[in-house]
Order: sequence, then structure tokens, then C-alpha cells
Amino acid sequence: MEDLEGELGAMREYHDGGNTRDASWRRAQLRGLLLLLLENQAEIFSALQQDLGKHPAEAYRDEIGSAVKSINYALHHLKGWMSNKKAKLPAVALLTTAAIIPEPLGLVLIISSWNFPIGLSIESLIGVISAGNSVVLKPSELAPTCSSFLARKMPLYLDTKAVRVIEGGPAIGEQLLLQRWDKIFFTGSTRVGRIVMTAAAKHLTPVTLELGGKCPAIVDTLSSSWDKKAAVERILGAKFSACAGQACIGIDYILVEQKFCSALVELMRVNLKTMFGENPKQSRSIARIVNRHHFQRLKSLLDDPKIRGSVVHGGFMDEDDLFIEPTILVDPPLESAIMEDEIFGPLLPIITLNKIEDSIRFLKSRPKPLSIYAFTKDESLQRRILSETSSGSVVFNDALIQYLADALPFGGVGGSGIGKYHGKFSFDEFSHQKAVAWRSFLVDFWFRFPPWNGYKLQLFQNFYEYDYIGIVLTVLGIGKQRAIHLS
Amino acid sequence: MNGVYCNSLEGFRPISGGGRRLIFRCPFTDKSKLPLLPAPASCPTISLCLCSASTSAVHPVMADNKDVFDTREASLLVRELRSIFKSGRTKSYDWRISQLKGIERMMEEREKDIVEALHLDLSRPELESIIAEISGLKSASKKAMKELKKWMMSEKVKTSMTTYPSSAEIVPEPLGVVLIISTWNYPFLLSLDPVIGAIAAGNTVVLKPSEVAPATSSLLAKLLDEYLDNSAIRVIEGAVPEATALLEQKWDKILYTGSARVGRIVMAAAARHLTPVILELGGKCPAIVDSNVKLEVCARRIIAGKWAANCGQACISIDYIITTKIFASKLIDALKQALEESFGENPMESKDMSRIVNLFHFKRLVGLLDEDQVTDKIVLGGQRDEKLLKIAPTVLLDVPEDSQIMQEEIFGPLLPILTVETLEESFELINSRQKPLAAYLFTNDEQMKKKFVQNVYAGGMAINDAIIHVTVPGLPFGGVGESGMGAYHGKFSFDAFSHKKGVLYRGFEGDSSLRYPPYTQKKQTLMKALLNGNIIGIILALIKWYGK
Repeated sequence: MEDLEGELGAMREYHDGGNTRDASWRRAQLRGLLLLLLENQAEIFSALQQDLGKHPAEAYRDEIGSAVKSINYALHHLKGWMSNKKAKLPAVALLTTAAIIPEPLGLVLIISSWNFPIGLSIESLIGVISAGNSVVLKPSELAPTCSSFLARKMPLYLDTKAVRVIEGGPAIGEQLLLQRWDKIFFTGSTRVGRIVMTAAAKHLTPVTLELGGKCPAIVDTLSSSWDKKAAVERILGAKFSACAGQACIGIDYILVEQKFCSALVELMRVNLKTMFGENPKQSRSIARIVNRHHFQRLKSLLDDPKIRGSVVHGGFMDEDDLFIEPTILVDPPLESAIMEDEIFGPLLPIITLNKIEDSIRFLKSRPKPLSIYAFTKDESLQRRILSETSSGSVVFNDALIQYLADALPFGGVGGSGIGKYHGKFSFDEFSHQKAVAWRSFLVDFWFRFPPWNGYKLQLFQNFYEYDYIGIVLTVLGIGKQRAIHLS
Repeated sequence: MNGVYCNSLEGFRPISGGGRRLIFRCPFTDKSKLPLLPAPASCPTISLCLCSASTSAVHPVMADNKDVFDTREASLLVRELRSIFKSGRTKSYDWRISQLKGIERMMEEREKDIVEALHLDLSRPELESIIAEISGLKSASKKAMKELKKWMMSEKVKTSMTTYPSSAEIVPEPLGVVLIISTWNYPFLLSLDPVIGAIAAGNTVVLKPSEVAPATSSLLAKLLDEYLDNSAIRVIEGAVPEATALLEQKWDKILYTGSARVGRIVMAAAARHLTPVILELGGKCPAIVDSNVKLEVCARRIIAGKWAANCGQACISIDYIITTKIFASKLIDALKQALEESFGENPMESKDMSRIVNLFHFKRLVGLLDEDQVTDKIVLGGQRDEKLLKIAPTVLLDVPEDSQIMQEEIFGPLLPILTVETLEESFELINSRQKPLAAYLFTNDEQMKKKFVQNVYAGGMAINDAIIHVTVPGLPFGGVGESGMGAYHGKFSFDAFSHKKGVLYRGFEGDSSLRYPPYTQKKQTLMKALLNGNIIGIILALIKWYGK
């Protein structure tokens, strides 16, 4: 690490040499990423199996497949993203053209997280590379197999002078944060997010913080059995089958009307059995808790007898296997840790309300989550949720899939994060939008320059108000003249 | 290194470096009473010194001996505004329009007061005030009113096969309670321009104008109270203690205009509450001048971009010029002539140029000129008058790179000209320094223009002119690197104070069990095809799947 500064210096020099600016370089790197994923699928599956017990199908859906889709999307749109955007000008700005030109920021640091160690690393890299930056990726040390996979394999597919992987834990992270970056992209907890932003302030480095929060799912009293089944499948899928609830956009808890609660729980029981069988521990379809520390944390959430008493399904745990059974709780006390902290695990509290509309007040009194999910066909409720609550994103009648929508910005607001990415938003997040105006020497409004007088003053007023007739009148000397107040 | 200067005006001494605006502690502020920002362990700067007060005009509010606005009051203020925000009243289109109209009306009706305040604070010529501040604000509020409906509309976006069937839109929503800390050089424009954006986006706002332009600060407090909804839009006047109290609160966005040094403090304070920031800082904005230009026009535009812009006290004014060795003397002659045309034989007597804001800045600028290795480089101007706080337009030729004038942002009427053998060298010269807020090029060489735009890093650029790029409503205004982060103006202001909420609508139909466990090999194949948008793959997989 002593020569970290030297290494970064070399990277900066390489970047300043313009090596990463060409579209061809960016394309080559994106293709490299694609090959990295496609040629090493088996190894990625086994790394994710080892670090998190993820089933290959889940691994493909959440990490490889979604990243491949995003790379293809970036390759397809890169040219459009890189092109200048002409800015409109008023007619008085004769012989001037203006455009917004995206330029790379420089050297970017990505600090990635352990829950989707491949998917989230690649997704952010796509934006960084598309925008023509150089980058250091620090994968999470809590998913060590995936981290070492990235460190070993990425250099084989990407330009090592501009894309580097540095492995390590908090000490390395701290060292990296001391350096000067042109952008820091961080995925992780709110606590570390604050540390990252504070460190970034020293070098005036802009940050993108992808944090989390408690994402609620409002479940309306659905009537048709088809709707109920679809909603329950989607809820369970979004809770238990995405890294066993260890996902920043996973459903944290459910809000439901009292009268619909027991029917909902019953339906969940049935569907859980279909998904994970009689003995979920034997099922290969559910991921494991990442490590003992988190296992203990989750276990302690349930330790309180009051909480224990609210468990209506599941609750089985096996520390040696780091397995926690999909667990459903009804009405745990609101001032308990499980309802105050982000759960990040396969525990699903259900909070009952008198009326589903009460959910809006409930959410307004809490920090802004990364996502709000609402399963309802009631359009007026949909509208109220949209306009009265605030969250990174809102999804109606489904969960998690907003992650796959390239045309939507992905990112939080308030406590759930700063900045946004995915698709074009990634490109923009890692670019500076340079404003450029071109002028010719031919035409000049002589009234732009001192010495000043009332005549020039009038012309300026016409000019700013785009009052073309006024300009002509003033120039001809028949417009109203202004008096100068001072001097 | 420029930076922080302490207490007494006679014996100001630099404490630390970085940044453009002059910072020194108000003489009447007791240091021991300063509430300290809990600075992060790694951040060397502890106390927040935002700006100075001039000796000539003591801040009216401070002079009133009012109760100090402390942390407790700040937190009450934020709580109050937050409850107003939560009531939803600032979200409505009507409220936003009524406030924007208020600003427009204020600019129409109180033009005279504004011009006077700016004259008091900066001896700003009336016309300059009208061009640079009042007209700019009028057109900004007009544009916002005209386009607000469009800006507020949610944007439908296409969804892909992956999430089929669904529809999606991006809904802009207000962030909540925002803090705008403004500065003294264009005290009206730089206060109200961001306020327009914050209002248009439906937020509640606290504005802290700069105490260094006291007349404008108190006028802003008065006018905003009179013309705008003061339950949602507030002005807090004051200096360091007030700013510190404000920065301790949780905001939903902070926009700060000022120095890079204070920008760091603002961002570190914001980090504690995870508040996103827009920092509008400065930097040394270069102008490259080629020998093939129409000299007369070029010189006039340089004057407009330097001395006619608040006497060089503007964050996007030209800081220094780079030209070829051979061409320098011609350029100087042209500048000399154009300066005479603009400001007369004796520029010290001209009423067409602003003065230096206060004695402190005056002394700083004189200090730059009086440095040993710099004094003999003056080729034009150099006169100064401490009583009037005036410095003549001054041009310097080939000052050494390590002189103070080439180290810090000049922010005044001094213009160094650096010479190079070939102009291509200038790109490297600019890129070897911190990224400036703006970079300018005067040339008729198309190739050169292209290279400049492509290779020089800067917040914004104008070719064959200076400053005017910020008047283009379709362009974002903002820095990069040391010159700031985030951008505003026009629609960009609206976006800067909005959250873009991604919204996805799904029905309950069109679901396939392949998304859910138990996972099988078949599901994996189908998923692969689906995520790749490969229609044939999907069909094949489906046939195979159902075939089994």
C-alpha cells in the first residue's frame, strides 16, 4: 500500500493522457466486462455459492444476467450518450451556438458491497467506463471469494492502466478515502456513507451514496384470488429470494389492513412451501446470511420475548450453516429494533392498520426509504402515495424489478442516499456536463461595453426580455429612454 | 495560498490556503463564543469563517444588537419550515407560481432600491446592476413561470421486455427544506437565482445572504419578507455564528456559493446529515488569445469579461490570459485603447466600474501587486486609491508562475498575461492546474476550437467571448473539481432542488413463475434469454420448457 499514491499517480497520468476518452476504448472495456461475465459464469456461480449460498438461478437473475443486460444497453446507447446536446438560444444571441458536452470526471473510486458483490460492482463500473473515467474498485472483503475473483480476473479482460481492483477491509478503505478522487461511488450503510462523504469533503469530491433504509410494502386488501397470489409471490420473491432479504431494495416490512392480515399470512405460508419446500434449510433456493456477525445481529432482533411472541411463521436458525428460515412476524412493537433498524435479513414484520390509507401517515413520519412498494389497484391510493410520500423510487404491484429498468434512475433520497445511476443516469453521474458557448467575431452588441448610459440600459432591458421590437425602436431612437438613477 | 485572515484589519495574517473569497473574521465576533462545527477528525479546519464585514459599513442587524441567532433558534426555524413543507402547501403549482410572481414583481417595483443597495455595497454602476443582476433574475423567474408546468410533469419512460408488462415514469418531487448560503459579489443574483430554483421545485427555503454586502443583505431580508410567503421562505442575516448554527441543522439540500475552503466545511457539515450539496466555487479562469483574432472586438470582450464584471470580482471573470510571446504586445496595445474607450483617460475617476468590496480585499489585491517579483511586471494601470477602494484596470506581463498572483484566484481588476511559444502549450498549462469554473478561448482556428473544447477541463466554456455562456438559459452553470459540484440555472435549477423519483407500474397479470424459487435449470435458461432481450431465445426456452 505504500506505493498507493504512486500507483494512483500513474493512473491519473494515463487518464490525463486522454487514453480513456475515445469511444473505442470505452467499447472495448465494456466488451471486456461482458466477456468476463460470460466466460467465467461457472466460477462466479461457485463464488456466490461460497460467499452467500446463492443458487445459480438467483445469481444469474440478480448478478450476471442483470449486468449483461446493462452492458448491452450501454453498448447500444453509448454513442448517443457521448454526443453533445445542443442548447436552445434566443434569437438575440445572434451567431452563437451552445452545447452541453459530457466529459469524464477523471479518477473514480468505487466501494462496493457484499450482498450483490458481482452485480453491484459491475453495474457501477459500466457507468464509470461508459463515461470514460479511470477507476479503482474496492470490492467488499465480506464476500472474499467474489472479491478475489474480481481481483484475479478483471485484469485479464480490462485495461489495467485504467481499471484496477484493490482488495481489502476497513484499513484499506480508509487509506483509499484519504486520496484525492474525482468521484466516489459508495454502496453500503448509512453510517459508512457519512464517513465517506466527510472524507470526500476534504478534496471537494462529489459522492454517489447508495444506501438503504426500511423499504415498506403496502398491501391493499386485494379481492381476486389471482391478484392475491401474484402479490404474495412477488412479495416473497422480493424478500426471501433476493440474497435472503439482504438487499437494499428488498422489502423490509409490510403494511396491511387488520382484516386482511390473516388471509395474507395464510397465503404466504402456502407459497413459502411451494418455493422452499417443507424444509427450507434443505432447499438450495435460499441464500445464507453473509457471516456470523450478521447472523448474531439478526438473531438478537428476535431475542426480545415480545418480538418472539409476534412470530407467526418460521423462526428456525442454524448458526453453523448461517441459515435463517423465512420468518414472518405480525405486529412486533414499533419501538423495537426490528422496526427501527434496517433488517437486512429474512425476517418479515407485518404491521396492521385500520385502513390502508393510514399507511401514508405511517410512512410520512419515518425516514425516506430507498423504495416504496404498493400492491393495490386503487388508483386514488396510488396517486396519494406518489404525491404524499417520498422515497427513492415507487413500484406498484411488484418489487425489486425497478432495478432492471434501465430508463429509471436508481438511487435514494434523504437517508437512503445521494445521486442516482443505471443506464443513462450512470453515464451522467460519472460525467461532468460542460457548458460551452461559441461566438463569432462578426456581430457584437456595442451596448455590451462601458461607458454606460441610459440608452444602453434600455437596450439591455429589451435584450433580456427578448423584446425585439423594443430593440429596434430603441436603436432607432424612438423607444422610451430610461433615466439613470445614480451617478 | 490565500485564505483566512484574522481579527484586526491592519494585521491580517493568512492562516490556511485554498479558495477564492476573502475570508476573515468579523472584528466584532468574539472568537471564544464561536460555536465550532464538529469537524470530522481528519478535517484540519475547525471554525467556520465565512466572510468579513467591511470597516466602512457595519452590518445593520449586528449593529442592532439583536439576540444572536443560535443553534436552538436555527433548529426551531428548520422544524417550523419542515412542518410547513409536510403540510404540502409549497408543493402546489399555484403556490410556486405565486412566489415566482412575487420575485418578478419585486424586481419590477424595487429596482431602484436594489440598484442603490448594490451601489452602496460595491459602487456598482446602475447599468451593470441591471444587466447582471436585475435583468438576469427577471428572465430567470419569467422562464421558470413559463416552463414550470412542463418541468413539473412526470416524464414517461420506455420499459424493456425484462419488466414487461409495465409502464414507468420519472416523477420530480421537492426535497424539503433547503439552505442557500450566498455571497457578496453579485449579492442579489446569486441569492435569488438559486431561490427561484428552490421555489420552482416546491421547497421551503432559508437564504443566508453575505454579511460582506450589508446593504443588499438587509434589503433582501426586507424584500423577501414583503413579497414572498414568509412562512415558507426566510432570510437569516448574519456572519459566522449564524452560518454555523444553520449548518448544524439537517437540511434536504444545501447550495453554497463562495470559496473552496468554506465549501469543504459546508460539505463536511452536510455529511453528518447525509445532505446533498451544490457548491458553486471559483478558481482561476484562463483565457487563451490566439493571434488571428479580430483584435478590437477581442479586447472589448476581454474588458466585458474582466473589468465590467464587478471589477473582476466575479467567479467566472477572466483571471489570467495566455497568449504567444510575439502577440502579447499587440494585445496589450489593444487592451490599452479599449480600456480608454470604456473607462476614459483616468479610469480611477470612471463611474462605470465597481469598486473593491472592502478594505480587506483592497489590501489583499494591493499585496498581490506589491510582491517583489510582480511589481515590475505591470504594463498598464497599477494606480490605487485606498480611500475610494479603487484600483485601476491593471495588466501584468509574464509574472512568475510561483508568484502569489498566479497561485490564488485574483478576484479583482488585475490581469496577468502569460506568454507561451505555441498556443498548444496552454492546454497543458491549464490542465496542470485545478479545474477552473470557466475557460475561454479567442481564436478563428476551427481546429484549435475543437481541440480546446475536447481537451481542456473546466466547468463551462465560451469561445470568442467571456461570461456570456452563463446567460444561456439552456446551459447548466456549475463547476467541476475544485471549482464546485452540481449545477443550476433554468431547468437545471429545478432539477437541482428536485428528487427524480423512479416509478414503475405493474398489473398483476403477465407473471411467470420463473422469477421465484424453487429454481430449476429451465428457469435459468429462460431467464438468460429474457434478460438479454433475446426474443428467439425466449420462444425456444418456452417451447422447450413447456414441451417437457
